[in-house]
Amino acid sequence: MRPLKDMELSQETIAKIDARVEKYPTKRSAALPLLHLVQEEKGYIPDEAIEWIAKRLELNPINIYEIITFYPMLKRKPMGRKHVRVCRTLSCALRGGYQVCKSLQEQLGCKLDETSANGEFSIEFVECLASCGTAPVIMVNENHHENMDEEKTIALCRELKKNTT
Amino acid sequence: MPEEHRIILKHADEPDYTRDIDCYLKHGGYEILQKAFKMKPDEIHQEVMDSGLRGRGGAGFPTGLKWKFLDRKSGKPIYLVCNADESEPGTFKDKQIMYKDPHQLIEGMIISAFSIQAKQAFIYIRGEFFEGARILEEAIEEARAKKFLGENILNSGFSCDIVVHRGAGAYICGEETGLIESLEGKRPYPRIKPPYFPAVLGLYQSPTIVNNVETLCNVKHIVEMTGKEFSKIGSPGNTGTRIWCVSGHVQKPGYYEFPCGGLTMGEMINEVCGGLMPGRKLKAIIPGGSSAKVLRADERFKGKLKDGSEFDWGIWDIPLDFDGPAAAGSMSGSGGIIIMDDSTDIVQALSNITAFYAHESCGQCTPCREGVQWMRKISKRMCGGDAREEDADLLLSIANQIEGRTICAFGEAAAWPVQSFVDKFKDEFKAYAETSPVSSESGDKQLV
Ligand SMILES: Cc1cc2nc3c(=O)[nH]c(=O)nc-3n(C[C@H](O)[C@H](O)[C@H](O)COP(=O)(O)O)c2cc1C
Ligand code: FES
Repeated sequence: MRPLKDMELSQETIAKIDARVEKYPTKRSAALPLLHLVQEEKGYIPDEAIEWIAKRLELNPINIYEIITFYPMLKRKPMGRKHVRVCRTLSCALRGGYQVCKSLQEQLGCKLDETSANGEFSIEFVECLASCGTAPVIMVNENHHENMDEEKTIALCRELKKNTT
Repeated sequence: MPEEHRIILKHADEPDYTRDIDCYLKHGGYEILQKAFKMKPDEIHQEVMDSGLRGRGGAGFPTGLKWKFLDRKSGKPIYLVCNADESEPGTFKDKQIMYKDPHQLIEGMIISAFSIQAKQAFIYIRGEFFEGARILEEAIEEARAKKFLGENILNSGFSCDIVVHRGAGAYICGEETGLIESLEGKRPYPRIKPPYFPAVLGLYQSPTIVNNVETLCNVKHIVEMTGKEFSKIGSPGNTGTRIWCVSGHVQKPGYYEFPCGGLTMGEMINEVCGGLMPGRKLKAIIPGGSSAKVLRADERFKGKLKDGSEFDWGIWDIPLDFDGPAAAGSMSGSGGIIIMDDSTDIVQALSNITAFYAHESCGQCTPCREGVQWMRKISKRMCGGDAREEDADLLLSIANQIEGRTICAFGEAAAWPVQSFVDKFKDEFKAYAETSPVSSESGDKQLV
């Protein structure tokens, strides 16, 4: 097997990881939280993280790998700096979620399930975000945007494009 | 118009109410915890039994009875897990509680943990609630600083801590044994029952109680007002309030808290929610999250209630409690009421739902793993202009082969919408085969 680079993590993340592992009766329970912490810093789960976390929790790499491949929120590739999640499920669709998704793709110049060439945006469909009373709903990174319509979508996209790095 | 009766959401939307502990304390926060510590754990359990409280997570299982099943002889530690996965499509009530009044949940959890004698509790919260997880962690820190959590809480001799654990976007983590596997750091493959009833062999093979957010908040109010008083809200077998989540084609979608049976479906939709969109007629209602069987606007529901009385309801007459939607052949489930008006293309709506279950099946049981994919493919093909005469029956036969043949209730959750949509709207499914419309050209809003 190809030797893996050691993973570099910030002191802050390392401290969070140490505190996390302490919280559980078994080390293995910390697997998902550690994956979240790595993804928060790196933007995705790099190869070396699999072995690193397995070692840290005294598990085999497969125990980590099988979790990563199960959960939709864990990513193996970097997402756009602005990661747009659009709710696809019924209550949002009934109120125009698909139209919002179409409009987002046009405005941001980024296709569904893709990342724009400049690495700025990704758009993906997700399932019910538990905000169906204010449908249609989308998320940009960690924040919900509710009651979306064409006008709000255009305004939001303008804002997002203004803040490109 | 029926008036809301807010117990759980009493303060949540008050203009001056904030989610920090000082505001909570000002409103009598943690006083019930002090009252609880003057009682014996079994006395609290008895109050919960007397209250008739039923779980708010979906199945409506009596909470007191669930706690009674705890295996106390094993000598293993007991765990309390709050199910905050809130992933049933159409449901958004737990979010209101956690984001606006997190300490209510924490107080309810400490009281519940004391009653079942759990020293370690977890809140399993869905991954997309980034902010919700932060809010809960901050609230837990605040509570710990005031000695409501940690070692020897308020000198009661009882110690307890709560850990917030985030999921990562998988619906199956709402199923309690899948949740437990996820919390153990594994793939969330649900466990088979028996033997893995959480109350006997749960988290780390130890006795574990899994309860929904709203359920655990209710425990606080039961201790406050006594189980007997609580049982007077609503009706026997359907006690307390419920937070209903209304979404879809209504003027005022939202969450509304009412005593169980305090209003009918018609009052909820036509009065509380301001009615349907102008000029529209009702087509169908899903009364308890997308897993519940759909109800057709012009159906009559007849039968006998638990108390022996006969009923003959139209859709608007269904009482909103646990038993009403069940008597009508569906369920109140998670309380998520999805309204579809006559602009809805029913085949597309089902196709939207089958895509959800196809995305969320954990893949453990063959009938479910394979069946949900076929149901998605067939319904999607129908919407793509290639609907066939035999599709309705084919969909039914697949759904029938999933139901009852899986480890967990996800199988039913995936089969019930298909069975009910196809059965109740067979005319539309058959008509599709004749006209074969292409999805974007039919219906007001694209659903697939
Ligand atoms: C597929 C599936 C998904 C579920 N999702 C949730 C959920 O998101 N939240 C929840 O509280 N219960 C959910 N449940 C129900 C739980 O398994 C469990 O019954 C519930 O958390 C128990 O709490 P209660 O007794 O307080 O209702 C789900 C069940 C199934 C079969
Ligand atoms: S359906 Fe979109 S938030 Fe529930």
